[in-house]
Amino acid sequence: QDAMTPNTLEEITTYNNFYEFGTGKSDPANNAEAMVIDPWTVTVDGLVDNPGDYSLADLTEGLTIEERIYRFRCVEAWSMVVPWQGFELADLLAKVGVQGDAKYVAFETVVQPENMPGVRSRVIDFPYVEGLRLDEAMHPLTMMATGLYGAPLPKQSGAPLRLVVPWKYGFKSIKSIVKISLVAEQPEATWNNINPREYGFYSNVNPGVDHPRWSQATERRIGGGLFASRQDTLMFNGYDEVASLYDGMDLSKEF
Amino acid sequence: MSAATTINGGLRRVPAWPLYILGAGYMVWEFWQALNGLGPYGVEPINVLEREYGEIALILLIAGLTVTPLRTWTGVNLIKFRRAIGLLAFFYVLAHFLVFTVLDVQTIGRVVTEVIKRPYVTVGFLGFLALIPLAVTSNNWSIRRIGPVRWRRLHKLTYPAALLGALHYIWLVKGWPLEPFLYMGAVIALLVLRLNWTKIRAILIPSRQQTNS
Repeated sequence: QDAMTPNTLEEITTYNNFYEFGTGKSDPANNAEAMVIDPWTVTVDGLVDNPGDYSLADLTEGLTIEERIYRFRCVEAWSMVVPWQGFELADLLAKVGVQGDAKYVAFETVVQPENMPGVRSRVIDFPYVEGLRLDEAMHPLTMMATGLYGAPLPKQSGAPLRLVVPWKYGFKSIKSIVKISLVAEQPEATWNNINPREYGFYSNVNPGVDHPRWSQATERRIGGGLFASRQDTLMFNGYDEVASLYDGMDLSKEF
Repeated sequence: MSAATTINGGLRRVPAWPLYILGAGYMVWEFWQALNGLGPYGVEPINVLEREYGEIALILLIAGLTVTPLRTWTGVNLIKFRRAIGLLAFFYVLAHFLVFTVLDVQTIGRVVTEVIKRPYVTVGFLGFLALIPLAVTSNNWSIRRIGPVRWRRLHKLTYPAALLGALHYIWLVKGWPLEPFLYMGAVIALLVLRLNWTKIRAILIPSRQQTNS
């Protein structure tokens, strides 16, 4: 298996974390079909020039869709390679007009209790929320995905619109987004709220900073079967070009 | 004739040895499925196999702990199956540990680090250690050799082993799924049922007993 050969569509869509549909890895694939994604409205608010409730078509109109093959590293020490289609978040932010005092972008996942068994059993607090510092959000690697393998995003993968930040642990790449807010203060992030000792706000992939309960030095690429060997995890998941975003920060403290 | 007597009479004709074949067969069946990515195994079989073996081990430990309270409270006597249940629990823990060390973590250095550094692994490992002397002495020769009283005392190590196993499961999950807490609840309930309630009542309300006498 070559390092950048994408995982199969089956691998990418049957092994997911999407707690709204249950905590099991196959729960999203089994349960996500019930999620209603058409019509889809995204609320854009906060420190923006053009706030409002956008239909998905209006929000994405005029943005260039391209394919990006990214490594995806889960905080649980497994990884995949995924061929996403989407656009740069920076383009979307330019379109809605970010105001000068905005410092962070906050995101929120849809909540449809009647269609989401995990929401009904309240396994964690919903809605799921995440956030990025504005410079992270504006980085050209940061994308909003609308497709996978040349087709619209499967529901378990975060249809119809999700974030993809390839140098951060997967849980930062929030799925099925219904709200984007530009804010001045660091926003709440679900796993950071649940256990700040285990999940930092930044959550950059970092082989040198272990999760308190397991090592982050190595990872297992999905699809290698029962005898797959571990591979070394790369700093920033191999996306070294983002390093300058964190100049002067102690990444073992601000993890 | 009570229901318990009927059940016990029926069970008299059921031998315990098929449990070993069922247990071993199921373990092989799970491994074969994992090898071929079938059933629940899908695209990441290592973790699933690790969890399956661990969960079955915990269920078997709980089943073993059920035998005595079941006899005390209902009269149904499954004692002749308990050795098989306990030994199978041990072998499932062993299989769970082997999947963890050989297939998952993969190097001895990392295994040692994990056992020392990760409290949930430490707790699970201690539970595994507690079961080793029990597995070794699960035979008639050992009972005669050690003596039944000391043997029974030694085998109370199943209590901490089951508690550690359930704690290990709670500690490793993300968020608050229900299952690990159900297992812990079952272990605690089965241990509470073993308490000597007559004695406890005597300690808690001695004055009333004195005035009555």
